[in-house]
Amino acid sequence: MKSLAELKAIRDKMQGQVGLRDEEGDVTRVVVGMATCGIAAGARPVLTAFSDGVQEKNVKNVMVTQTGCIGLCMYEPVVEVMVPGNEKVTYVKMTPEKAMEVIDKHLIRGTVVSEYTIK
Amino acid sequence: MYRSHILVCGGTGCTSSGSQLIIDALEKEIKNAELESEVQVVRTGCFGLCALGPIMIIYPEGTFYSMVKEEDIPEIISEHLLKGRIVTRLVYDETVTNDGIKSLKDTDFYKKQQRVALKNCGVINPENIEEYIAYDGYAALGKVLTEMTPEDVIDTIMESGLRGRGGGGFSTGLKWKLARTIVPDADQKYVCCNADEGDPGAFMDRSVLEGDPHALLEAMAIAGYAIGSTQGYVYVRAEYPIAVERLQIAINQAKEYGLLGDNIFESGFSFDVDIRLGAGAFVCGEETALMTSIEGHRGEPRPRPPFPAEKGLFQKPTILNNVETYANIPQIILKGADWFASMGTEKSKGTKVFALGGKINNTGLVEVPMGTTLREIVEEIGGGIPDGKKFKAAQTGGPSGGCIPAQHLDIEIDYDNLIAIGSMMGSGGLIVMDEDNCMVDIAKFFLEFTVEESCGKCTPCRIGTKRMYELLTKITEGNATMEDLDKLEELCYHIKENSLCGLGQTAPNPVLSTLKFFREEYIAHIVDKTCPAGVCKSLLSFEIDKKKCIGCTACTMVCPTAAISGTVKNPHVIDKSKCIKCGACMEKCRFNAISKK
Repeated sequence: MKSLAELKAIRDKMQGQVGLRDEEGDVTRVVVGMATCGIAAGARPVLTAFSDGVQEKNVKNVMVTQTGCIGLCMYEPVVEVMVPGNEKVTYVKMTPEKAMEVIDKHLIRGTVVSEYTIK
Repeated sequence: MYRSHILVCGGTGCTSSGSQLIIDALEKEIKNAELESEVQVVRTGCFGLCALGPIMIIYPEGTFYSMVKEEDIPEIISEHLLKGRIVTRLVYDETVTNDGIKSLKDTDFYKKQQRVALKNCGVINPENIEEYIAYDGYAALGKVLTEMTPEDVIDTIMESGLRGRGGGGFSTGLKWKLARTIVPDADQKYVCCNADEGDPGAFMDRSVLEGDPHALLEAMAIAGYAIGSTQGYVYVRAEYPIAVERLQIAINQAKEYGLLGDNIFESGFSFDVDIRLGAGAFVCGEETALMTSIEGHRGEPRPRPPFPAEKGLFQKPTILNNVETYANIPQIILKGADWFASMGTEKSKGTKVFALGGKINNTGLVEVPMGTTLREIVEEIGGGIPDGKKFKAAQTGGPSGGCIPAQHLDIEIDYDNLIAIGSMMGSGGLIVMDEDNCMVDIAKFFLEFTVEESCGKCTPCRIGTKRMYELLTKITEGNATMEDLDKLEELCYHIKENSLCGLGQTAPNPVLSTLKFFREEYIAHIVDKTCPAGVCKSLLSFEIDKKKCIGCTACTMVCPTAAISGTVKNPHVIDKSKCIKCGACMEKCRFNAISKK
């Protein structure tokens, strides 16, 4: 290592990854339905897409986790986004591509992607 | 990239309760469930709650599982990691509330703690330098080398008020300043780290080495820059194999990344660190003995002055700080002297790590701001005393320290308050004692330790402590007179005044402080020939209450010397000439018929 810039580059890269272990502040929860119905409909790639995306873009205070069956099996994969102080947003029939869009628009910029929400 | 991190404690405490088996089982089950690319297992340093080991914490949820067994792993994988359902029965009960699970940080054990020296312990993988860098690691070294002069660094440490965490409590900044200025034309200087943690019950230095070794390396490099040294030595005891291994890994990684070695950050500053293993002699924790040992000689102290700042290792100016002291340095540089000085009391700044042991529910490692009361540590963080027993005293400072009795429970713990009541901070071992502990016996325990560990170089310590031990033995056996007690006390002062090094100078402290607060217990042993706590065997006698004994014969079965006789359904009797006072009968009796006096 030659310079502080190199040190900072490693830090920025790693901070996204270890940010998963952060317990500070109000955390936005992204919950992916991972019951049998969800997994069959393709919830697992959606879950990893959310998890990787959040870490790559170093989005702070977001926890990506999973849950069981929400009861909307026909809409799986279902993803709920809970921002503290706001009403829960439920996204349905998710894909990894849609997940990236939700990260960019909803988690980073705070705009709900209403075209993917439950009608 | 992983969606979930499983942090398993790999400190010595949890390793001995089987955490490596847990890690192996986790890796196997994760493979079976095809989760290798989604879930990462990280072996960390100590979390602090050693009593509940093996400990694991699963992120992003932050779920804290305690006392995990190998056979629980498949359930954790299939429930928690696949379906997202927390396995409640394994969760630390303190975190379970009516409306779900609360964060570990909100439990009684962690709530009042403030982690500075232990900041990364249990958070990062100590064998991965990049995780340390993620938590601002080596940023302080970068700042020092690119923005600060050595004088700035020393001033910052002085202003922070940091004092040595190893025992004496000397100002760290002043120590560095002396080493920088006292011999202006020295061709070489040394930065040493005392990791020869010898106090019985203290293990915070081990935990830092095991959980956050880079913090030490970074701090030593900063110290090297400040005093003008290019070589550091960590003197660590060989009985800490995990710590030694991780420290070596850390040194190798730091060299590989160019954070140790030549021309760090192209600043022209070079610094190297080597490990020296100690063979476990307690006296080698004394600074001059430690340096003598690094030089390759028998670990014996030498008189001061000259102090190490002038003539230390290999006769060159040297600073020696302990692990916990160093662990504070990078954060003081990054967050500033004012931040550090805002914690603690007027003359003791920052936090202190205590190793809680003895009669306490939450055995483990805690870090609290200076000035926290003993009551808060024992009753709130420590979770009180098991079996509803009463607090009698806390022993601090190990064999060099003294005890704090119940009437001083509200003392604000800092260097000066402890000295004022005849104890000392020491390295931070805190052993809690309840009504079942005999204070004379405790003093004898520590003297036995000192006698064994005295290096023998000076007479007061070599012979004096032995004579003290003999007098204490005489007292606990009921053969002493009040004159013996006077002799013991006189001897204490002689040894304190005339010993060569800190070991001898502080060896009488356990006796002096128990005499100060529990003199009546000594007198009970001498005059009444009884041990009020029921510990000293020579003064005990076991008796069976004929009215309560129903003749069940349970006691005769367990008595190892066949000292109990009697027929079925008739009261039994103990033959005192055969009784070895082991107490087995008393434990076995279901009718409370056996008593000891």
